[in-house]
Amino acid sequence: MRSGNVYIYIAAMAIVTYLVRTLPLTLVRREIKNVYIRSFLYYVPYVTLAVMTFPSIMDATNSQWSGLAALLVGLALAWKGASLFKVAVACCVTVYILEWIIL
Amino acid sequence: MGDSNATWFKRGLKAGLPIGLGYFAVAFALGIKARNAGFTAPQAALTSFLINASAGEAVAFDMIAAGAGYLEVAIMELVANARYLLMSFSLSQKLWPETGMLHRLVIGWYVTDEVFGVSISAPGYLNPWYTYGAIALACPGWACGTFLGVLMGNELPVSIVSALSVGLYGMFMATFVPPAKESRIVLGLVLISMAASFAFARLALFAGISSGIKTIILTVAISAAAAVLFPRREEVKEDA
Repeated sequence: MRSGNVYIYIAAMAIVTYLVRTLPLTLVRREIKNVYIRSFLYYVPYVTLAVMTFPSIMDATNSQWSGLAALLVGLALAWKGASLFKVAVACCVTVYILEWIIL
Repeated sequence: MGDSNATWFKRGLKAGLPIGLGYFAVAFALGIKARNAGFTAPQAALTSFLINASAGEAVAFDMIAAGAGYLEVAIMELVANARYLLMSFSLSQKLWPETGMLHRLVIGWYVTDEVFGVSISAPGYLNPWYTYGAIALACPGWACGTFLGVLMGNELPVSIVSALSVGLYGMFMATFVPPAKESRIVLGLVLISMAASFAFARLALFAGISSGIKTIILTVAISAAAAVLFPRREEVKEDA
């Protein structure tokens, strides 16, 4: 259960996110020179998105198997270079069809 | 350079149309998560309007639903959205140096993976109105999708909700798979991240740690180790 005020949550998220995005555009206009910091920031999105995708995708659906199938379909299509929209829709359709068959 | 702001705005609208459509579909699943966290439709739409981050919002709604505190959610946003720091650094180089503060503050509000992608690939210095054109369609798609997700999440049959809920993960995959195809290091990191995430989620040893904290720990640890082991030496100059 939620344990706090919705608007304080929204404010906390908005302030942190806005600062992350605007500080480099406004105050700190220099390029990051340090190769380790650059590398860390480069790797972060891919690691965090991979961590968040698996195994969560298997817990998001009614059946673990349809979630797993959506993962495989999404990975394959994204590998082939499909757009964000196509990958997202293909994952949804996969789950819908599979659950219609197995549930 | 010679083109007017109106011309650039129209070009931005054109680039923003597919982004807005994609956002609308994906944000629907986000609305369902927001509803589980006890957000009303206007509150969820406000969140999407202010934060504009798929992963950041998804993980935050899940954490809030699980009873996480303000600080925990704020730290999670810092980690989930850290990538925008790097994107903003690149955009800062892409802007005409004399670009005013107000433009910088508005663009900063909407540095998302997709809007960044179209902005950075525009020719020459970035005209802020190009980015505004893209935002003009991306932003309503994202906020309205979230709003409707909260409203209709309950009305729809469970089979549809189940199917829609993976759209968000499809968006994640479309972001991390292409660079994994290009770089064996990123591919290895993605596989290690998934294996570690699976272990953290399923092993009883880690059962006491919330999923948000697990995401923070794994992201920082794996990315830091990768930065030390595989620092990126090549000079990738993204500005034109």
